[in-house]
Amino acid sequence: MKFIKFLLVGIFFGIVLVKSEAVSWFRIYEMFRFQSFHMYGIIGSAIAVGVAFLQLSKRSHIKTIQGADLFVPKKDKVITRYIVGGIIFGLGWALIGACPGPMYILLGTGVWSMLIVIAAAIVGTFIYGLLKNKLPH
Amino acid sequence: MEHILNPWPWYISGPLIAIVMALLLYFGKTFGMSSNLRTLCAIGGAGKFADFFKFNWKDQLWNLTVVLGTIIGGFIAVHYLSNDSGTTLNPTTITELQSMGFETPGKALVPAEMYGLEAIATPKGLILLIVGGLLVGFGTRYAGGCTSGHAITGLSSLQVPSLIAVIGFFIGGLIMANFILPLIF
Repeated sequence: MKFIKFLLVGIFFGIVLVKSEAVSWFRIYEMFRFQSFHMYGIIGSAIAVGVAFLQLSKRSHIKTIQGADLFVPKKDKVITRYIVGGIIFGLGWALIGACPGPMYILLGTGVWSMLIVIAAAIVGTFIYGLLKNKLPH
Repeated sequence: MEHILNPWPWYISGPLIAIVMALLLYFGKTFGMSSNLRTLCAIGGAGKFADFFKFNWKDQLWNLTVVLGTIIGGFIAVHYLSNDSGTTLNPTTITELQSMGFETPGKALVPAEMYGLEAIATPKGLILLIVGGLLVGFGTRYAGGCTSGHAITGLSSLQVPSLIAVIGFFIGGLIMANFILPLIF
């Protein structure tokens, strides 16, 4: 039963991303062509509310359900992996119009060919795992 | 009801995405969708080939449950919470895409010219989806996160590494949408 809350969060997330059109291939294209404010508005307002929430949680000592402080893992302070990995991801994102959340959501909307993309993404992650120690981070 | 069935404006959608992040933090977890790809590798036995996949994937089952939820959420959203309004794109975008051979931009969530059965039955169509998937899977793990982990969670917690990653996302996306897609279509 402890998983039910995660299932509900996932359902909520899936609905929001479809209704916001953030899962639309066309919206992603439009964003990268600077032809609409829509996606920038979504990402920007999500971050604005996210920043406010995290600042507030620090000040008012909001605890997790386990009673610990809210914790956001710190990313390593390097550059190469973020810029190179980021560019590779960005190329794929704009090509298929879906990032690792929308892939599954679009599958749920009935885009069956997304299974090909998901399978390829799993293979891509596997390739990274094989090459990890040889890549500059 | 009309408001729910129509597409939601950005100023409603963005804050709702922040709530997803906040809820997961409140449950003691972190919002990050691309981690699931690594978990799926581990479940498939990738630990035999690389230490990167040797971890207790059972600790990640909560995140796979989120994934299952997103699939259900996608189903609910299109079948019960939508009308046939389509996506209201910039007219310039529509003209541009039509000139590239996309017949009905914005009518569906994804172009039939890429995701339709006829498209994936051609070598070009199949290769595009595979290459795109490979880039996303490899790139997110190399970058240590995707839109949810870096752009939403990382930037909300004011982390410079995430800002660098998001700049990378945009460099890649701009190159693809502005220079490579016009060559492909």
